[in-house]
Amino acid sequence: MEKIKSLADLRKIREEAREKLDLRVKGDNPEGLVQVKVAMATCGIASGAKPIMEFFVEELDKRGIAAVVTQTGCMGYCYAEPTVEVQLPGREPVVYGFVDRKRADEIIEKYIKNGELVEGIIPVNYEKID
Amino acid sequence: MKEIALHIMDITQNSVRADASEITVTLNESIAADTLTLTIADNGRGMEPDACIRASDPWFTSRKTRKVGMGLPLLQMNARISGGEMNIESVPGTGTTVIATFRYSHLDRPPLGDVSGTIALLILSYPGINIVYNHLCEGGRWSISSGQIREELGEDALTDLTIVRSLKEIISQNVAELRNYQPGYDKY
Repeated sequence: MEKIKSLADLRKIREEAREKLDLRVKGDNPEGLVQVKVAMATCGIASGAKPIMEFFVEELDKRGIAAVVTQTGCMGYCYAEPTVEVQLPGREPVVYGFVDRKRADEIIEKYIKNGELVEGIIPVNYEKID
Repeated sequence: MKEIALHIMDITQNSVRADASEITVTLNESIAADTLTLTIADNGRGMEPDACIRASDPWFTSRKTRKVGMGLPLLQMNARISGGEMNIESVPGTGTTVIATFRYSHLDRPPLGDVSGTIALLILSYPGINIVYNHLCEGGRWSISSGQIREELGEDALTDLTIVRSLKEIISQNVAELRNYQPGYDKY
């Protein structure tokens, strides 16, 4: 692959990607997209949240899933970091704890693709560290 | 934090929570002066002098989800153990600047780590904030910003996963080229 060095190269990549993924409905209706939020405060970062976020960015893109991937702050589940909040369109957000690459893969394959819950959910009413 | 890149990821969260609309991250590597300087400047709401002093106290935090705030103390610790220091300048209503210096050749100085990936993730995560990254070293200076990308590729480019993946590569290629000016940089 040629080296990408400038924003002009980036534009080219984007046009190519757009042709391939014309089915994506991105931009028009952000509510219709899968939302993935990776907790990225000191606790999250120290537990390896960054590689997990990169995993989501890379794999969701490769697997052609229209998603918004962002960071969020600490949700108070410091002991369970890295934590990831996933919201499927029209559903309540679900928070997963202790997310490693394996679990991240499961979240994409089972939860995001099929809506099947995966192990590691932190219940909404769970006690926070105080 | 094991890498300077992770400190960048961490400290910029403070700027985000201070409602900054622009965050400028600058890494300045000077082998001649044997210093590495990390500067994170934002135009957020700033801190009163009292909060500014207490910011490097791990038992002080402005958040409500937990009672400790380790971001700045950890950065300060890493700066100090590698022969440097950390300073915070803050003006309420104007913004905050965190400057951490490290002795470049110090054994305990954390490696830079994946700075390009970190900047790419920041740009992706906060499309509403203009993230500016400057890299300075003996080879010169290279910069990129969310504003530049928006201008070149349009607003929605900032949240496009394909773009962000390539962005990481662009940053690392350009910075590598800059650093190659003086052989020996790659060692770090």
